[in-house]
Amino acid sequence: MSSIKFTVNGKSRTVEVDPDTPLLWVLRETLGLTGTKYSCGQGLCGSCTVHIDGEAVRSCVTTASLAEGKAITTIEGIAVNRKHPVLQAWISEEVPQCGYCQPGQIMQATALLRKNRKPTDADIDDAMGDVLCRCGTYLRIRKAIHVAAAGGGVK
Amino acid sequence: MNPTMTVSRRDFIKVVSVAGGGLMLGFRIPAGESIPADGILEPNAWLRIDTNGIVTVIVGRSEMGQGVATAMPMIVAEELEADWSNVTWEQADAHPDKYGNMTTGGSMSVRNFYTRMRTAGATAREMLIAAAAKQWNVEPSACRAEKGMVVHTSGKKLAFGKLVKDAATLPLPTDVKLKDPKDFTILRRSMPRFDTPPKVYATARFCSDMTVPEMVYASIERCPYVGGKATGFDASKARAIPGVNDVIEVNSGIAVIADSTWAAFRGREALNVTWDRGPWSAQSTDTIRAMFVEASKTAGTSGESKGNAQESFESAPTKIEAVYEAPFVAHATMEPMTCIAHVKEGACEIWAPTQSPQGAQYTAAQILGLPIEKVTVHVTLIGGGFGRRLNSDYVDDAVRVSKAVGAPVKIVWTRADDMKHDWYRPGTYNVIKGGLDASGNPVSWMHRVVGPESRGLVMGGSTPPYDIPNLLVDYHIKETGVRLGAWRSVGPSQNAFVIECFVDEMAHAAKKDPFEFRRGMMEKSPRLRRAMEYAAEKAGWGRTLPPGVGQGIAAVESFGSSAAQVAEVSVKDGRLMINRIVTAVDCGPYVNPDTIRAQIESAVAMALSAALKDEITVQDGQIVQSNFDDYRIFTMKDMPAVEVHIMESDEPIGGIGEPALPPTAPAVCNAIFAASGIRIRRLPIRPDDLRKK
Repeated sequence: MSSIKFTVNGKSRTVEVDPDTPLLWVLRETLGLTGTKYSCGQGLCGSCTVHIDGEAVRSCVTTASLAEGKAITTIEGIAVNRKHPVLQAWISEEVPQCGYCQPGQIMQATALLRKNRKPTDADIDDAMGDVLCRCGTYLRIRKAIHVAAAGGGVK
Repeated sequence: MNPTMTVSRRDFIKVVSVAGGGLMLGFRIPAGESIPADGILEPNAWLRIDTNGIVTVIVGRSEMGQGVATAMPMIVAEELEADWSNVTWEQADAHPDKYGNMTTGGSMSVRNFYTRMRTAGATAREMLIAAAAKQWNVEPSACRAEKGMVVHTSGKKLAFGKLVKDAATLPLPTDVKLKDPKDFTILRRSMPRFDTPPKVYATARFCSDMTVPEMVYASIERCPYVGGKATGFDASKARAIPGVNDVIEVNSGIAVIADSTWAAFRGREALNVTWDRGPWSAQSTDTIRAMFVEASKTAGTSGESKGNAQESFESAPTKIEAVYEAPFVAHATMEPMTCIAHVKEGACEIWAPTQSPQGAQYTAAQILGLPIEKVTVHVTLIGGGFGRRLNSDYVDDAVRVSKAVGAPVKIVWTRADDMKHDWYRPGTYNVIKGGLDASGNPVSWMHRVVGPESRGLVMGGSTPPYDIPNLLVDYHIKETGVRLGAWRSVGPSQNAFVIECFVDEMAHAAKKDPFEFRRGMMEKSPRLRRAMEYAAEKAGWGRTLPPGVGQGIAAVESFGSSAAQVAEVSVKDGRLMINRIVTAVDCGPYVNPDTIRAQIESAVAMALSAALKDEITVQDGQIVQSNFDDYRIFTMKDMPAVEVHIMESDEPIGGIGEPALPPTAPAVCNAIFAASGIRIRRLPIRPDDLRKK
């Protein structure tokens, strides 16, 4: 067990965990932030995507020790702003079906739009291509990203 | 006022007058349930209206992304004439009969409840009108309901909320009139889904997100051998893992009980378990296939027969024969299996992402020896169903472990558990023969299906929708020990691939256009024919395409709906590009067009995944695949354009969750043939299959 300190959604948090614990489980069960989801545990599907210092990172293959001292943003941090253009586009395009993968999709999309204000379909495929959705909402995800970009994008 | 009431043959209606003006009429009032005393109108199990005019629709089916949580309220709200902005939903807990059959599958939720929910809304509407008429001392016929109000011809208005107390004292009306569809203002509109904002804002709680007080976590190490079991285990290292509380044996394996999911997973890794490999340890995909091939050489049990298929085949001037194969596939829901159970003294409370709430209730009652009414099952949002959650194995796990440890338990499955302990879509081996007469008309059809041990799952949808005078569909069922279950669209998911591809082969052998060839033998399937014609029209069937580009068509009737698709693909240098899938669907009356579009996009994605990627294999008695690296599913990069055409139809209501899945693989394979001359007869399509020999 170690004392590990990082910032989550702008708040400084200190947790007592085994440093090898995946950040995913620290977020979900130690901190009770269940928006970030477990689906594969091997970094293969993207459901666990968070931002660390602004970059999209798969929290299921990131240890708590690697996250030490960093600024982590989860879907809860994004969703504080209900008017966030990505969230609004996700709602207006009725993207989710079961909804389980969508926090990961939104986190990946938000990171993309921060770097690329007007992504092409090919840019979107590249960035989003390995965030899996069994319900097949891909066409709507792509459209929502275009809508969010057209609406002025993401800071 | 006529106080007569009807008591239907199934319902037991109890009238209770309560201080404060509330009236509860229900199917059965469970003992001990409190009766709301502040003027709620609750004329049946499906809705409640309070004094603020908030309409709560109780949804008795499970929301797994198919939109039922919004569709059911839309149906009720339309007839009720509710103000949609005052409508909300509530998930019903499992109950043996209050909400009818709660099993969510077979694309049956809307179609089974459409009329019932309309009647429920209309009943409340009439009671509210009667209450207003009584208050105004006018004829009910001079009043109408509109956007949450009752309005009199004079212009007087009363909001529903002001009428519920009085309405609750009135008898249930008989013979309520349903609206004319041309007057719909909610149905047939793409109303925004209730569950979308919570899923986007991540306030939506899946079972895997939930905790209850005093809850512990448990994860079960299961036998990797199909049909095997544990013979012993050494938990000493597991118990030393921080956070692990206990290790116990349960019927499905060795359970590690811990204070977090991660500790439970780590505990399992530290277990040493010896396994009895069971009766299937030498089995592999190759041995299963060899067994199926051998079986196919002899006549099977007759499933469907007409005329004399053998004789007419033998005498047919043109004979075509082929072998078609489809693999076992997994559901691979994004949320792995999970369940929370709290076994208490004489009772049990469960939270389950289940498509079968009554099955879950029954499972727990059986395990614990409790009467059904002592088992509470809360249905949670489901992170992907597709038929997987019809089974109650994860409920069984949670109940047994909770009983053993005497605390609430959340059972957590890893992705590998989920991949290796699924209830798979059966793989099948199909020998199919067709005979054409001198004019190229089909005269004989013989399809022999060989599959694993579930006749229902293997044979569903094996009868072609075409007028072929001589037909024989026979089958062999062989034992494999592999656990089988309903996978989105079930039998048609593999049988439509065989049928629609082979019909295409017959068309080409007859030198006829595949669309016209089908059209000429669909006199008995006019609804499907119309859907096929519509798809062909919308896809520009028959127009000249550049070399290497082709169109393929498929039409399938399933789950009460007709769905036809045209796929447009290009095959170049062994690479397949799917340009678009055009779908026409006739599901009769429809509720939410955007949800229908979403369901079709979803079904097409899943179908294409099964056509191009999904494959479960067996080696040395074990399921080989464990995660998304070796069980590949469709990604955004793979997804083609999907065009959806919802047909206006007077046909009976059909389902929509599944019908758009079966036509996709054959439409694509038929398009591949048109583009390249390469005939695909086995799924998933491999890159080598697309290289010309």
